[in-house]
Amino acid sequence: MNARIFALLCILLPSFALAQGFAGLGTKADDFALPEKGYQFEFPKDHGPHNDFRIEWWYVTANLTAKDGTPYGIQWTLFRNALEPIAAEGWGLEQVYMGHAALTTPKAHYATERYARGGTGQAGALASELTAWIDDWTLTQNTISAAGPDFAFDLRIDVVGPLVFHGDQGYSVKSAEGQASHYYSAPFMKVDGTLHLPSGEVEVSGTAWLDREWSSQPLASDQTGWDWFSLSFDGGEKLMGFVLRGETDYTQATWINADGSTEPLGNGAFQATPLEWSETSGPEVPTRWAVMLPQKGIDIVVEALNPDAWLPLSIPYWEGPVSVSGSKSGRGYLEMTGY
Amino acid sequence: MFLEVSNLAKSYVTAQIRTDVLRDVSFGLEQGKSLALTGESGCGKSTLLHLIGGLDVADAGTILLDGLDVTGLNDKARAKLRRETVGVVFQQFNLIPSLTVGANLVFQARLNGRYDPDFAKLLALRLGIEGHLDKFPDQLSGGQQQRVAIARTLAAKPKLVLADEPTGNLDEGTAAEVLALMLGLVRDAGTTLLMVTHSQKIADQLDQSIKLSSGRIL
Amino acid sequence: MIRAVFSALLSHWLKSPLQAVALFGGLALATALWSGVQAINAEARQSYARAAATVSEGDYAQIRGALTLSDFVTLRRAGILVSPIVEGRLNGVRIIGVDVLTSPTLTAFPTENMNEIEGPAFYGTAEALALVQLAPEIGKVVVEGAAPNTVYADITLVADLLDRGTEIDRLIVLKDQPVGAASPEELGYKVTPAQAGTDLAKLTDSFHLNLTAFGLLSFAVGIFIVHSAIGLAFEQRKPMIRTLRAVGVPLQTLIGLMVAELVGLATVAGGIGVFLGYLVAAALLPDVAATLRGLYGASIEGTLSLSPIWWLGGVVVSIGGALIASLGVFLKLWQMPLLAAAQARNWQTNGPLRRLRRGAVILCALLGFGILFFGKGLVAGFVLLGALLIGAALLLPGVLSLVLSLGQRMASGVLSQWFWADTRQQASGLSLALSALLLAMAANVGVATMVSSFRVTFVQFLDQRLAPELYIYAETEDEAERIERFVEPLVDAVLPLVYQDTVVSGVPTEIYGAKNHSTYPDNWRLIQGSEDPWGQVARGAVLVNEQFARRTDQWTGTEIEIEGRTFVVAGVYGDYGNPIGQIVMTQAVFSEVYPDKRALRFGLRVDPDKVQNVSDALRDFGLSDDQIINQAAIKSLSKGIFEQTFVVTDALNILTLAVAGFAILMSLLTLATMRLPQLAPIWALGLTRNRLARFEILRALIFALITSAAAIPLGLILAWVLLAVVNVEAFGWKLPLYFFPLDYVKLVIEALIAAVLASLIPAMRLGKTSTSQMLKVFANER
Repeated sequence: MNARIFALLCILLPSFALAQGFAGLGTKADDFALPEKGYQFEFPKDHGPHNDFRIEWWYVTANLTAKDGTPYGIQWTLFRNALEPIAAEGWGLEQVYMGHAALTTPKAHYATERYARGGTGQAGALASELTAWIDDWTLTQNTISAAGPDFAFDLRIDVVGPLVFHGDQGYSVKSAEGQASHYYSAPFMKVDGTLHLPSGEVEVSGTAWLDREWSSQPLASDQTGWDWFSLSFDGGEKLMGFVLRGETDYTQATWINADGSTEPLGNGAFQATPLEWSETSGPEVPTRWAVMLPQKGIDIVVEALNPDAWLPLSIPYWEGPVSVSGSKSGRGYLEMTGY
Repeated sequence: MFLEVSNLAKSYVTAQIRTDVLRDVSFGLEQGKSLALTGESGCGKSTLLHLIGGLDVADAGTILLDGLDVTGLNDKARAKLRRETVGVVFQQFNLIPSLTVGANLVFQARLNGRYDPDFAKLLALRLGIEGHLDKFPDQLSGGQQQRVAIARTLAAKPKLVLADEPTGNLDEGTAAEVLALMLGLVRDAGTTLLMVTHSQKIADQLDQSIKLSSGRIL
Repeated sequence: MIRAVFSALLSHWLKSPLQAVALFGGLALATALWSGVQAINAEARQSYARAAATVSEGDYAQIRGALTLSDFVTLRRAGILVSPIVEGRLNGVRIIGVDVLTSPTLTAFPTENMNEIEGPAFYGTAEALALVQLAPEIGKVVVEGAAPNTVYADITLVADLLDRGTEIDRLIVLKDQPVGAASPEELGYKVTPAQAGTDLAKLTDSFHLNLTAFGLLSFAVGIFIVHSAIGLAFEQRKPMIRTLRAVGVPLQTLIGLMVAELVGLATVAGGIGVFLGYLVAAALLPDVAATLRGLYGASIEGTLSLSPIWWLGGVVVSIGGALIASLGVFLKLWQMPLLAAAQARNWQTNGPLRRLRRGAVILCALLGFGILFFGKGLVAGFVLLGALLIGAALLLPGVLSLVLSLGQRMASGVLSQWFWADTRQQASGLSLALSALLLAMAANVGVATMVSSFRVTFVQFLDQRLAPELYIYAETEDEAERIERFVEPLVDAVLPLVYQDTVVSGVPTEIYGAKNHSTYPDNWRLIQGSEDPWGQVARGAVLVNEQFARRTDQWTGTEIEIEGRTFVVAGVYGDYGNPIGQIVMTQAVFSEVYPDKRALRFGLRVDPDKVQNVSDALRDFGLSDDQIINQAAIKSLSKGIFEQTFVVTDALNILTLAVAGFAILMSLLTLATMRLPQLAPIWALGLTRNRLARFEILRALIFALITSAAAIPLGLILAWVLLAVVNVEAFGWKLPLYFFPLDYVKLVIEALIAAVLASLIPAMRLGKTSTSQMLKVFANER
C-alpha cells in the first residue's frame, strides 16, 4: 500500500485523518455509542464486533523463542473503523477493516497490511466465539496466522489463564476529561508454531497477549500519541501501562498477579522515561526506557529487541518486542504512536 | 608624366582626434622610373602608396595615373585599377593562404587576363621558387613568401608596381638579395616602381627619392 | 592579485559583447531545449503514470466470467489477493468501479484534489462527469486530462449506479501475493495471464525516447555553439593571457580563474535556460498532451510545475556542457608556451584531433554494425541511433573536404578555383557547426519520415480495418439476434464481429470469426501470404497478425494449435496499434471451436448515402446512440490526432534548426576575425569588399547544401532504424517506410535559409570593413 491509498482513506474514512490526532482517535463521536462505566461484559458476545462504536481492535502480540535461543516477536492486529454506526451486507463502506501483521527478528522487521469492507465477509469477527479474520489471516482461540509478501506465521494457541479487565472493571479512562474505552486482555496464552522467513522456516514457542478495546472517542483532542507497554515478568506477574502524551501526560496501568487478579493504578503511578532514541525507517523514537512503578517496587529498563521495528504502513507507528531488566526481568511488547 | 600627384591630403579620425596623415602632397614620376618614398615611421608614406594604388581614398587632391584620375574612382573602379593597372607588394601576408604557391603566382595574371605561362615560369626560375610551387604559403619562409609576392605582381604585368617595405620583415642578407632581384626584374620589364622604405640605403638604389615628414614632402 | 586578474579576464566580455551573447545564448539555448524536452517528458510520464494504472489493467492477470462478491471473498479468504472491478456504460460514458481498499491501480486518482471533497466521489473529465448526469449529492472531482469519456469511483457507488448488486465483471490478480498463497486455478478459477507488452508506459516510451533523443540532439547542437564561443574568446584573450603571464600570474591561477568564470557564466545561463525551457514546454505541452492522449489514450495534464530538481538538473547540465565544450581550450592553454603567437590558424583542426576523429568513426561503425546484427532491445536500438548520428557527424568534415576538393578540381576560372580552395579551408573551422546542422537536419528528416510513415500506414490501416460504414453493439445475445434480423434487409451485408480472448502458443490472442464476405479480401492487406490466402481461410486456414507472427515466430505456412485443433497460417496481416496477438478464421470454423460464443458487435456494409437512413432506422428500433458508431466519425477523429503529432514535431524541428543556424552564425563570427588575413590579399588584388561578401554568403549556401545532401540519406537511415529496429522493439511491429520528397525539399530550403541568415551578418560586416582595417593586415604593426 502506498501514500496515495492513505490519502484516499483520509477521504473515505474520515476517522483515519491524522490531523485529528493519531488514527483519528481524538475525533468526535457523533452518532456513535460511547463507553459506559459499569458495562457488564458478556462472552462470547464481546469477542465479536461492536459496530455501533467507531473504533475497535483485536490486538495480539507474542514473544517467541526459537530452539537455538533466538528471540522473535509477532504482531497480529485487526482494526475495525466504522464510518457509520451500522453493519450492512454488500459493498458498503459502513465498516472498514484494516489488518496489520508484523514479524520482528533481532535483525529484521517485516510488516504488511490489508484492507476490507465489513459487509462482504472479507473481514470480520464472530460474536459466538473468539474468531476474527481479514482475508486469510485468522485469529481463533486455538490458532493465529498471517502472511505477507515476504513472511508468514502460523501458531497454535493454548489459553492458560483468565481474561483481565483494565481500569474500572474494563472501563479504561484515557484522559483527565474522561475519554475512555472498553478494554480487556487475555495475557495468559502459550503459543508454538512456525515462522516463515525469507531465510527459511523457524519453529518457535513462547507467550502471547491479546488486547481487545473499543471506543468511539478514546483520546482527548490534545493527545497526540501514546507509549504502551505490556510486560511479562519472569515470576509470572504482568504489567500493562501506558502514557498518553498530551499537554500533560496521562498514565494508567494494570498490575496483573500470576493468578490473574488485577490492581488498577491511576494517573501518575506508572512512569516511563526515554533513555535512548534510535533511528528507524520512520522518525527517531525512544527504544530504551526507564519504567517505574514505585507502588510495586518496579524500577526497570525496557529495551527493544530490534530498534527499527517501525511499521511503514498507511498508518505508521512503532511496535516491537522488548526485554526487561532491573528490579525484575522479563519480556514484552512496546507500542509507540504519534511520533 | 605617368604618375602625377597634386595637393593630396588625407586624415584619419581616431578616438575623436583628427590626425592629418598627408598634407598637400604633390610630385610626379616618369614611366619606367623608380621612386623611393622615405621618412620616419608614421610619416604617411604607406598611406600615400595606398592612395595611389586605389587601396584607400584621398580627402582632397588628385592622382593622375596614366591619364586616369584615381581619386575620382568608385569602389568597383578602384578594384579594377588594382587588378589591371597596379601591382602591390606588401611587407607581409601578400599571399592567399588557401591557394598553392603556384596558384598564387599566377593569380593576379589570370585575374586580369595577362596570364603568360612561360613568363610565369621564367619569373619563378629567376626568383628561385620553382621548387615550391605545390606548397602552401604557410610552408614557406618569409623571404620565400616575399619572392612569390614579387613574382605574382610582375606576372600580372602591371603598369605600376607599388611596394610597401617589401623586405622590411626579412633579415639583412635576404632583404638585399630579394631587393636586388626585384629591382632587376622591374627594370627588365620597364615597369614603373614606387617603393616605400625607411632605409636610405635602399632608396639610394632607386632613380628618385622623396622624403616625407609629418605628411609633407620635405 | 586574484581580484585584479579576474577583473582583467572579465573586461574581455564587456569589450566583446557579441561573444558574451554567443556563449551565454548557446548555453541558455542548449539548456532550454534540453530541459524543455525533459519537462514535457517528465510531465507526460508523471501524468500518465496515473492513467497507466487504470488503462493498463492488462498489466495484471485477471479472472473473468460470471463473478459475484462471494467469488471475491472466497479468493481473498484463501489468501489470494484479488481486487474486483465493476464496469458499465451510462449515457455513453464508461464507468469503472474499483475497490478503493484493495485495488492496485488506484494511482489513477489524483490526491491533490481529494482534500476538497468529503466522502466517496466520482472522478473524470468535466465532460464525462457532465454526461453521466450524477445525482448532485454525490461528490464529483474533475480530473483534467483523465481518460476521455471515463468516470471512476469506488465500487459501492458504481454497483449502486449501475444497479449491479454484488455482480463483478472481473477480478484483478495482484502481483505481490503473500507467502504460501494458493493459486486461483486450485480453486477452479481460470486466470487470463497479464498481457505482456500491453503496458501503456512501454508504448509511450517510444514517444519519450524520441523526445529524449531530440533533447540530447538539441543540447549537442547548443554545445557546438558554446564550443565556438569559447574558442573565439580564447583566441582573442591570448594576448591578454600572455601579458598576464608575463607579469607573473601563474598559469594554474589563470586557468582556475577561467574555469571559475565559466562555471559562473554557465550557472546563470543554465538558470535562464531552464526558464526558457519551461516556456517552450508550456507552449508545446497542450499539443503534446493532445498527441499522447490521441495516440495512446494516455492522459497528460496541461500544466507544468517547476521543481527545484529541475533547476538543479538544468544548471548541472549547463555547467557540464560548458566544461566539456571548453576542455580542449583549457588543454591548449595548459600547453601553450608563454609567448605563443596569437591567432594560430586552424586552431580547430590538428593532427591528433583528426586521428581521434577517425578512430571514433571506426568505433561508431563497429558499434552500429555490431548492434544491427547482434543487438536486442529498445536500448540497443537507440545506441544504434546514437552511433549512427555521432559517426555521421564525425564523418562530415571528411565528406565536406572530399566534395569541396572535387569542386576545386572541376573549377576552371581563377576566382572559382580560389573560391573552392578557400571554402575548403573554411570547412575545418565550420565543421562543428555544420555537424550540428547535419544532426538537426538528419533528425528532422528521420522523425518527419517516421511520423509521416506512421500516418500513411495508419490511415491505410484504418481504411482497411474500418471498412464497414456502420458499427452496432448489442447489450445481450437476444438483442444481438433481434438487431441482426432487423437490419439484414436494410443493408448490403451484416458482418458479425465475434471474438474470443485466449492464449495461443503462449501469447495472449484474440480469435476472430470473420464472415465469408468480399469486404475482407478487398480491404485487408497482407504483409506476407500464400497464394489466395482468403480462399485458404475459406477452406479452414487462418490469418495471424504481425504481432503474433513475430512473438511466436510462426509465419505463413506454419501450423498453430488453437484450443486443441491445428490450423495452417495462410498469411500475416499488419495490425498497427494492437498490443496483443490476433488470429482470423471463418465464422463457420469459429463457431465449431467456440460453439457458445455469439457476436454482440456487427459491422454493416451500407451504401454511404444510406448510412443516415440506416442509423435512423436502428435508433427507431431502439438502439441508443452509443450502440451505433459511424465509421467516418472514427476515421476523422483518428486522422485529427495525427495533425497534433505534427504540430509538436514541427515546432521541435524548427527549434533545432534555429539552434543549428545560431551555431553557424556564431562559428562564422568566430572565423570572421581570422578571415581578414585570408581575404585582404584578394581584396588588394582587385576584388571589391561587396563581392567578397557575396562570396561569403554563397559559401554558406554551399556548405548548407552539401550538409543537406549528406543529411537526407542519413535521416532516411535514421528513419529506417526508428521504423524497422526501434519500433519493432518498442511496439512489436515493423512500420513500412515511405518517402516524402516534398518534406525533404522543404527542409533543405529551411536549412538554406537558416544558413543564409546566419551568414548575412558576418557578410555584411565584411562588406563594411574599412580599408584601413584591410590594410592593417599587411602593415608592420600587427
